[in-house]
Amino acid sequence: MIARLTIAERQIGLWLAGLVTLAGAALGIAGRNDVLGYHGLLITIFGAVVVVALLRNIDAPEPDESRLSEYYDDPIRFGIVLTMAWAVFGMFIGVWVSALLAWPELTFDAAWASFGRLRPAHTTGVIFGFGGNALIATSLHVVQRTSLARLPDQVSPWFVLLGYNLFCLLAVSGYFLGITQSKEYAEPEWYADIWLVIVWVVYFVLYIRTLARRKEPHIYVANWYYMAFILVVAVLHIVNNLAVPISLSSAKAYSLFSGVQDAMTQWWYGHNAVAFFLTAGFLGMMYYYLPKRAERPIYSYRISIISFWGITFFYMWAGSHHLHYTALPHWVQTLGMTFSIMLLVPSWASAGNALLTLNGAWHKVRDDATLRFMMVAAVFYGLSTFEGSFLAIRAVNSLSHYTDWTVGHVHAGALGWVAMITFGALYTLTPAMWKRERMYSNTLVEVHFWCAVIGTLIYVFAMWNSGIIQGLMWRTYNESGTLTYSFIESLVAMHPYYIARTVGGLFFLTGAVVGTYNIIMTIRHEPSLARHPAGKLAADGPLVAGE
Amino acid sequence: MAVGERERDPVTGQYTTGHDWNGIKELDNRVPRPILFFLIATALFSIVYWVLMPAWPIGVTYTKGLLGIDQRQTVEKAVEEAAAARRAAWAEDIAKLDFAEIRERPELMQIVRESGSTLFGDNCAVCHGLDGSGNPGFPSLADHAWLWGGDPEIVAETLRIGINSTHPETRFAQMPAFGRDGILDRPSISSIVSFIRNNAEGIEDLGPLDTKGVEEGARLFAENCAACHGEDGRGDPAMGVPNLMDDSWLTGSDRESLIRTISEGRQGHMPHWEDRLSELDRKILTLYVTEIINGKPEAER
Repeated sequence: MIARLTIAERQIGLWLAGLVTLAGAALGIAGRNDVLGYHGLLITIFGAVVVVALLRNIDAPEPDESRLSEYYDDPIRFGIVLTMAWAVFGMFIGVWVSALLAWPELTFDAAWASFGRLRPAHTTGVIFGFGGNALIATSLHVVQRTSLARLPDQVSPWFVLLGYNLFCLLAVSGYFLGITQSKEYAEPEWYADIWLVIVWVVYFVLYIRTLARRKEPHIYVANWYYMAFILVVAVLHIVNNLAVPISLSSAKAYSLFSGVQDAMTQWWYGHNAVAFFLTAGFLGMMYYYLPKRAERPIYSYRISIISFWGITFFYMWAGSHHLHYTALPHWVQTLGMTFSIMLLVPSWASAGNALLTLNGAWHKVRDDATLRFMMVAAVFYGLSTFEGSFLAIRAVNSLSHYTDWTVGHVHAGALGWVAMITFGALYTLTPAMWKRERMYSNTLVEVHFWCAVIGTLIYVFAMWNSGIIQGLMWRTYNESGTLTYSFIESLVAMHPYYIARTVGGLFFLTGAVVGTYNIIMTIRHEPSLARHPAGKLAADGPLVAGE
Repeated sequence: MAVGERERDPVTGQYTTGHDWNGIKELDNRVPRPILFFLIATALFSIVYWVLMPAWPIGVTYTKGLLGIDQRQTVEKAVEEAAAARRAAWAEDIAKLDFAEIRERPELMQIVRESGSTLFGDNCAVCHGLDGSGNPGFPSLADHAWLWGGDPEIVAETLRIGINSTHPETRFAQMPAFGRDGILDRPSISSIVSFIRNNAEGIEDLGPLDTKGVEEGARLFAENCAACHGEDGRGDPAMGVPNLMDDSWLTGSDRESLIRTISEGRQGHMPHWEDRLSELDRKILTLYVTEIINGKPEAER
């Protein structure tokens, strides 16, 4: 892969990796008396590995000019592998923490293995590790194919991919070391946040530059969503992480906001992370891979437009529904609730647009587990957006808030929508990227599909039951005006559901492991397609079908 | 592409938009009416809701809404109502009457049963267990053995001031560390354990070691232990000294546990509840512990 970089690009890469190594060393020395020192060391090692890899190929000859008439897919291939590695890691930790809730003694007698540190390792591992890598890999694929343009250079996609994974490593290793700023889904401290800003700006510029080179007159819907994802996540990340480090030699920083303003900023971030990371980005994925796999046109361009602007506009207001019945002023809660309700319409329009696109291809849904993954994802997208709007109603929220219902809702979206659309996309993308006719085993795709569906259903039903029982137990009063149930009795009532949840999670994890095996075997074993134009930029008309 | 040449999708017969991205096309279907209908309906709902409820910021204030609802007032009202419920006749009766009188009033005992179960679950169960049967180091409240006495008045006082707690009037008790502090050597402690295990109720599993040094143990017990635990080893609730001859054990009656107790000493801890629970709640809890948890078979609790 490195030999395909030009000599100039290899030199730029060396400079960048060298700078990262030096910055890591500086951080390590400054923070030698703090946990920051470990992260300095980690960054140094990461940079040094890249430096060594580049140096080993520095004398390779200049690559052939013909590369410029092909798409640049090396970072995408690497991204697919990283996606699956993070999936297995993040979901394993997820099963572990869920088991800890049922059997609290199921851990080691060490700080790093406590629930409070494992839980963000799970959420970061699956959202940012698995989801983020999937988004970067697929976005770089989709933007090239729908623009008929090659990425503008070969350094920035690597900078984005590797830089982003360095951020994920800093985040997860930080939790084990006890580094956190205690903001949900934004736990990493200031230096990791600053690094992510740099990476993200490069990502944004890379995407814009590729779109600017497009040979198609129109920008495809999928690219609108990927652009919204990249742009808004940058804004959210920067604002929510505004903080002052206690010193440059310490990992600890304090937020610029305090009290209810801090809470509101956090949930404006938190909900829009769901909206623009876990929804907009994956809608971009759906808008490309679903019609591609079904070989059907998108049902309605007009629905695409109305949904896109509806989703991007309404979501921005909805965050305060996470803070119903708190110190947050009532009027902010009203706005959060009403915009959440209006949000349902464009959300369902998107899900409908996806399902109606399958008209004329339902026999493929029946036969092809890859397409079925994406169909089920669209159904779960519709289901969880309905549930989200429903839970945002204040009266409903008074029952559901702080219960497992929220956890069930999140996982209906995360497992049913985000993960399933990703698996569908990866099973479409992987054979195309390695020039294989199909996946190594279609049977294993089928096995993965059923593991994922069974796991999601067990998980979600367990948490619905558990959450509603919990909510009712917490609000039942007896005639003397006191609560009927003590908190510990509600815990006892949860126990069977916590066990069921772990079983559901195990199914889902098993599916991911099977999928990873299948992808590895596809890369290693299936003989290459003999078709020569694969991957070539065609002057007119479609490229190879199935990509 | 001219209008006349617009492409049709062969499956549905619908026109496409003429766009083509790497093989992906789009149909030119209209937005279905239900989408427009629900967009308008949810927007109308929101507008009506904004008019009725606190909704939009204007400068330093906000639109209050025609219904005049505000969550702060709602909470204050709910708290006031809850407080009023607690001022009901039963609360007055429980506060006024003594324990024996309350016991004779089934309707009051019903309230003790209901409220007490939640109070106990939220405050006591974490150490004493949900059914009050105790855990190692945390005494059972369901048996007849009481460190400080099981009369309701005494239990109420224990709840108020705690044991070895931070309350200025706290009950205080400590088992010294005879081994660690060099008062008794290991064989002497072993003999005392043999003496206790030979004489306490309900210890059936006497091992070979338990028969060694029993007489020596009796002598050492009289010298070292009887001052607190009494000549007969039956303890003294006035000082919180446990009875060693019954079948109730706080930290285990096996040889190892007893040797450890005598060698390293023990000092349990019970928090005081005067700052956390109202007098009424403590009274309910006292009755719940002495009347409902204690001495009743599990099925009746």
